[in-house]
Amino acid sequence: MAKPKVAFYWCARCGGCEESVVDLAEGVLKVVEAVDIVFWPVALDFKRSDVEAMADGEIAVAFINGAIRNSEQEAMAKLLRKKAGLVIAYGACAYQGGIPGLANLTDKEAILQYVYQQSPSTSNGNGTRPQPHLKVPEGDLELPEFYEAVKTLDQVIDVDYYLPGCPPTAKITFQAIEAILSGKLPEKGAVLAGDRALCYECDLNSTKPEKLLVTDLKRPHQVIIDREKCLLAQGILCLGPVTRGGCEAQCVKGGMPCTGCFGPLGRVRDYGGKALSAIASIVDSTDEKVVAKVFEALPDPAGTFYRYSVPASLLAGKRKAA
Amino acid sequence: MKGNGNHNARIGVYVCHCGTNIAGKVDVNALAEYAGKLPGVIVSREYKYMCSDPGQELIVKDVKDLKLNRVVVASCSPHLHELTFRKTTANAGQNPYLFHMVNLREHVSWVSEDPIAATEKSKALVKAAVLRAVWHEELEPRRFPVNPNVLIVGGGIAGIHAALTLASAGKQVYLVEREPSIGGHMAQFDKTFPTLDCAACILTPKMTAVKQSSNIHLYSLSEVSEVSGFVGNFKVKVKKYPRYIDEAKCVGCGECIEECVYKEGKYPNEFDLGLGKRKPIYMSFPQAVPSIPLIDSATCIEFKSHKCPKGCVEKCGDRNAIDFTQKVEEVELEVGTIIMATGFKTFDPRRLPQYGYGKFPNVYTSLEIERLVNASGPTLGQVILRDGRRPESIGILHCIGSRDENTNKYCSRVCCMYSLKLAHLLKEKTGAHLYNFYIDMRTPGKGFEEFYKRVLDEGVSFIRGKVAEVSGWAQSPAEEGKMILRVEDTLLGIIRRIPVDMVVLSTGLEPQADQQEVRRLFNLGCSAEGWFLERHPKLAPVDTFTDGIFLAGCNQGPKDIPDTVAQAGAAAAQCMAHIDKGFVEMEPNTAWIDEELCSGCHVCIGMCPYSAIHFDTEKKVAVLNEALCKGCGSCVAACPSGSAQQNLFRDEQLFAEVEGVLV
Repeated sequence: MAKPKVAFYWCARCGGCEESVVDLAEGVLKVVEAVDIVFWPVALDFKRSDVEAMADGEIAVAFINGAIRNSEQEAMAKLLRKKAGLVIAYGACAYQGGIPGLANLTDKEAILQYVYQQSPSTSNGNGTRPQPHLKVPEGDLELPEFYEAVKTLDQVIDVDYYLPGCPPTAKITFQAIEAILSGKLPEKGAVLAGDRALCYECDLNSTKPEKLLVTDLKRPHQVIIDREKCLLAQGILCLGPVTRGGCEAQCVKGGMPCTGCFGPLGRVRDYGGKALSAIASIVDSTDEKVVAKVFEALPDPAGTFYRYSVPASLLAGKRKAA
Repeated sequence: MKGNGNHNARIGVYVCHCGTNIAGKVDVNALAEYAGKLPGVIVSREYKYMCSDPGQELIVKDVKDLKLNRVVVASCSPHLHELTFRKTTANAGQNPYLFHMVNLREHVSWVSEDPIAATEKSKALVKAAVLRAVWHEELEPRRFPVNPNVLIVGGGIAGIHAALTLASAGKQVYLVEREPSIGGHMAQFDKTFPTLDCAACILTPKMTAVKQSSNIHLYSLSEVSEVSGFVGNFKVKVKKYPRYIDEAKCVGCGECIEECVYKEGKYPNEFDLGLGKRKPIYMSFPQAVPSIPLIDSATCIEFKSHKCPKGCVEKCGDRNAIDFTQKVEEVELEVGTIIMATGFKTFDPRRLPQYGYGKFPNVYTSLEIERLVNASGPTLGQVILRDGRRPESIGILHCIGSRDENTNKYCSRVCCMYSLKLAHLLKEKTGAHLYNFYIDMRTPGKGFEEFYKRVLDEGVSFIRGKVAEVSGWAQSPAEEGKMILRVEDTLLGIIRRIPVDMVVLSTGLEPQADQQEVRRLFNLGCSAEGWFLERHPKLAPVDTFTDGIFLAGCNQGPKDIPDTVAQAGAAAAQCMAHIDKGFVEMEPNTAWIDEELCSGCHVCIGMCPYSAIHFDTEKKVAVLNEALCKGCGSCVAACPSGSAQQNLFRDEQLFAEVEGVLV
């Protein structure tokens, strides 16, 4: 019997998700044994035309990482959607927009202006900007169109499952692959990680006081972190309570607070809103001035609470001047 | 976001004109027409008064004929008619919680100028309600049995009256008093205004009735240390401090007191505010209930040296009631309702040093005067100054610690009247010249003004002005040996110096020193001044914000004896209303925590103002006691994982509602 065909693709991303597949270590051998990798730009020399040549649905599963920043990424996502039985949004960027999604706090024009004109290292006297189409003597050149805003993968194509994380851990990746191979998949649309917030699997949860209240917030570089005690109880902004578990609290084990890369739990409509609501709730004061002082410790609330999820959030992005 | 919105919703929308209250501003016809086109809406109507019988009939008929499964009424505030329409839909055979209400009157027509904008806003609100109603679920009000026993905290006249009222109705009452005897402040008073009947004569029969009632279980020298549970089902822990005399064995003969090694009283008697002396074994006053002596371990020689001949023990003999080994006991009680009758404390005039209290021996507080003029007081009713003289002139200073920017801004309500009473009694007993220094005379009760007139006619001088200072600095031979009151007589417009032999400070009423701790123990609210907060100042004056806990007497604010007794009766009636109903029904707007999803992050636990959430160390999740939940939603807003949800305010319902108003 022919082995199932698997594709990996990257959109707006840092490359860490690709690394995470390699992080499967020996495990990757088992995967390779069980499947045929038919497309993986970072590692194997297949072309877009190879994919186009396949029959619809011929690929069993396509893992797509990265957010959708430009038209090429959208086109590739759509192509893979057509050719694959299952599409999995792999990693925080594909799932919720991720770090590239923070660009939605500004807009396309501001980005282009900075990158092509204003940045200190830019020398661009003619104010040249990348154009989607350009005629040159040799023929027509085409560049992907840079979108107004970053989108999540499911904002451009239908997604079957989500693997969260920046990047997804080897464990949840492996579990997902096993589930696919064995056909034991949950309901479509599921996020293939924990069902509970991270605190449930964090060893430090047992050190929390009954009532979790903080009188000030600190950033990791400002304090010597007590590794034996719940970080949030120490006033270090750990987003474990807001964030889907499944990563086994790797960051916390390493002495760093959770920044929320596994995204929200299933019942939560807006990760950042929930995070802000939760953290604001546990600040132990009703005095506005005191509360304001506590939150001075967070110079970038949008980037803190929506670090991985601006495109998936209820935030409309940068308000356009009327 | 997951959930099960009813996508087969069949919604009826009813727009009320409220006469012209709504229809005068909102285009009700256009609104009904708009509502008719919203998704899921089967019928929409407008009607002059939806709350009227024909209006409600309209709904019942539509629900039956058109098989509606959701009803939205756009009318007035839910405070007014939510219950009405819930009953209407229930009469039509529908679960009442599928109903939803839009407030067009208070939220739109009464507060809008522009009819067009008002109509648009109404449309948005109706759309929000329609989208929300789809997500409504069938709910049942929660029902719990009511324990028929009542706890009364405080055994002053309020606690006594409430206890006797309940006991006479056959209810079991636990009366907890921290002093050695019940009776409270009233037991210390001599006469009561304005009728001048003797406080003891009217109080002690009631105290005795408490002792004799088999339905009242009295815990004296006791304090409540822990309260848990909820209306109908409170669990209370009471700490009973040692009396060192076994209440079950003692008959109250008092012979042990006679036989004490101290032949005379040596220590200040607290009941007489230190004006009299007592022995280490004593009864605070002859009519004390329980009429059992107690031993003060701080002054008893046996406790100090173990070398006392113990005449008390010898005299008690075979009865063997004296027990030096008694320890603090803890008693657990289960009750359904609680009456707080914890009373007040009097203002400490040392806080206002200009009045010389503690400096000049002949400056007294009004409560001290009550003891001094009392026939059973330390001087047997003789008004003798601390230096042994009899006063020839007396100044009574009103508003000490009341109506004062520096201490308490409020009026203590009883001081004018008791000052008049004391003026009358002191004049009667001493023949001295009496001066009353007042800011305003406040005599608004039954027979009060008449009493004022009477005291005026008796020749008591009234000077309108606040005394600035009590000094001993004589400036004339007439002032020698006297205390001089400097005062601006605001009616004459001059500064006067009035020499007197005795000064009475009419101290105001303040919340008990431990009012805040008690408030937290019982989960009550407090006003800015620190008095316990009633649920509504006019319409729920003895209720609190904690269901099943009621207020009686001065812990809610200064008041006189008749008002206190009336309030105690009202509190008792409220308890009986719960007891006789037998169960409590609660709005199912409670929160719940899905323990399959909760991560046990602890965030919600500190949020709950009602201590309804705790951490289950076995399941490692937060657990919510639904019976304690008041539906405030604090935990739901805080829950970072969406595991805490609230009935009637589910995320799905709120998001749908927001979507509706935005469009």
